[in-house]
Amino acid sequence: MKILPGHGSGGRLMNELIEKTIRTRLGAHVQLDDAALLSIDGPIAFTTDSFTITPIFFPGGDIGALAVNGTVNDLAVMGADPRYLSCALIIEEGMEMADLERILDSMRAAADAAGVAIVTGDTKVVPRGAADRIFINTSGIGIVKKTPARREISDGDAILINGHIGDHGMAIMAARNNLSFSKGLQSDCASLKGMIGAVLERHPGSVKFMRDATRGGVASVLNEIVAGRPYGAKLREPSLPIRDAVKGVCGILGIDALYAANEGKAVMVVDNDAAESIVSVLREHPEGKDACIIGVIDGTHPGKAYLETAIGGRRILPLLTEEQLPRIC
Amino acid sequence: MNNETVHKLADALRNHRLDAPMRIMEVCGTHTTEFFRSGVRDIFPAHLTLVDGPGCPVCVTANAYLDTAIEIGRAHGVIIATFGDMMKVPSSYSSLAEEKATGMDVRVVYSPMDALEIARHDPAREVVFVSVGFETTAPTEAATVIAARDAGIRNFSILPGNKLTVPAVEALLSLGEVHIDGFILPGHVSAIIGSEAWRPIPERFGKPCVVAGFETADLITGTLALMKMIASNDRTVANEYARVVRPGGNPTALSMMRRVFEPDDAEWRGIGVIPGSGLAVRDEFSRYDGFKKFPVTPPPVKEHPGCRCGELLRGLIAPTDCALFGAACRPERPVGPCMVSTEGPCAAFYKYGGFDR
Repeated sequence: MKILPGHGSGGRLMNELIEKTIRTRLGAHVQLDDAALLSIDGPIAFTTDSFTITPIFFPGGDIGALAVNGTVNDLAVMGADPRYLSCALIIEEGMEMADLERILDSMRAAADAAGVAIVTGDTKVVPRGAADRIFINTSGIGIVKKTPARREISDGDAILINGHIGDHGMAIMAARNNLSFSKGLQSDCASLKGMIGAVLERHPGSVKFMRDATRGGVASVLNEIVAGRPYGAKLREPSLPIRDAVKGVCGILGIDALYAANEGKAVMVVDNDAAESIVSVLREHPEGKDACIIGVIDGTHPGKAYLETAIGGRRILPLLTEEQLPRIC
Repeated sequence: MNNETVHKLADALRNHRLDAPMRIMEVCGTHTTEFFRSGVRDIFPAHLTLVDGPGCPVCVTANAYLDTAIEIGRAHGVIIATFGDMMKVPSSYSSLAEEKATGMDVRVVYSPMDALEIARHDPAREVVFVSVGFETTAPTEAATVIAARDAGIRNFSILPGNKLTVPAVEALLSLGEVHIDGFILPGHVSAIIGSEAWRPIPERFGKPCVVAGFETADLITGTLALMKMIASNDRTVANEYARVVRPGGNPTALSMMRRVFEPDDAEWRGIGVIPGSGLAVRDEFSRYDGFKKFPVTPPPVKEHPGCRCGELLRGLIAPTDCALFGAACRPERPVGPCMVSTEGPCAAFYKYGGFDR
């Protein structure tokens, strides 16, 4: 069965789709009125994100899991406890109903795993060609508990990450291009809520900055941290956790793993004294089992993010100006 | 190679003493970027200068070629299939990226075989592959043409823009305008053509050459070897990438290439027409030659007045010597091709040269 224009018409087909397919699969928290009524105590964090990924199913996840985890992580890195999500679907006419069901199931599973409820939503069907099978927007609300300290970053602070770099971006590129040697390469798409919550709980005040390194990757986050500041960010190349499969795909496509997207990685700047013990906390969680210190904030090259290579040479990590395109040779 | 060995090599390079300026040229675009990426360029001894050569296939592609490709897309409504690097290269009046945005059916592929697949799946449409590259890509392009013929696929053709590296280096030296003491030769190209193919460079021009690989250790070993050869006036080709490169190259790839292509004169950006430096499709395969299949008259060629890509590709200037560099010409809005390709010297300098600027 395929999605038809009538599934977005406001008539019987749409009611059936919402009742029988969407609500059944996303769970009973979905309220059918024009808006969800919620009661929340205390300050909240509120965010929104749209997901348009191709392919919609990829090794290690799909657009549904991504749409939930992406918004959950945006809230988590701000120190909020994610609670409620909205889900807006823009579906291309002709999409297989079975694919939609699979995506909804995946959203539900991701929401349950992250302990959030999908409480409201919207469904539109657009003519063939007006969307690439399905686009999903999620907005999220979280209760602010312990935020990163946001103290001034300074010389000597450590830069941490909770695991391997570039898995998501390169898994997607490999899937798009049927690169057979990339077998086993999987997206790192995951909720970071539990892991980040534990770090902020046990090391309040030591985390100065935290950001999930999605589009633009680790290098873009570092550039954001140092832009216009009296300090720079130095990564040590031998310390970077990058899988051989990721290096392989990057090499073939001429792409730098430090700019590849991640969907389950947070970059943190923390007090150097607390760095080792924060790494230990991260490692207690499955999403953080390969956590490590990857670099340091230093004043040698203010405003720049750069890499110290294995032989002690330096290479700058500039802000990306455009999409990375595959090269010829 | 283990870390300790690499560190020792790095120390040897760092501590190498040169009493007089020495200028070496890397011919390959991948070397251009890898010298930056590995940090090897950052630990060069004083007096050693790396001059970027004409080794980026996108950069040396002349405007006339791209103008013709675009005109074919416009006039014949074909699917243009291309490597990603070519998308943003400015032609005289446009670029493939601009054409795509205004409706031309341009597809980015990773291999010419992918372009052939597009033709196979859509027999009602003509697919024209923008065939640029050096000896590394030409065998695959030849194999694709043979595969098209064997499978009886008729809606596929290529625009032969392939170039040969040895004649380009010879032409550069024949011009006599640039001073180079020795050459770091491309490992991938040499794997196809063989290290022996480079012998005219030391023999005719007296310039020492080293074939080098692309790992950090390869770059350092190659540079150290070349400096020693220059100092001792050793006019030969040393192969420091013997684990991949053989003296006679790859006979299978060469014979594939020679089956489909024959040497032809070719126009290089900045250098002009170099005799025997290009590859034309042999008559036997002319059905797959897009230039013959889709005759067009492109508009007159126009060069950007301030662009110095030509001088750069001849080794006469560094990217930072160009007034447009980083100002009017940036990766997101390139004026010349050297700022477009990931292997282009200007793109590499813009991206990684932040400590030098």
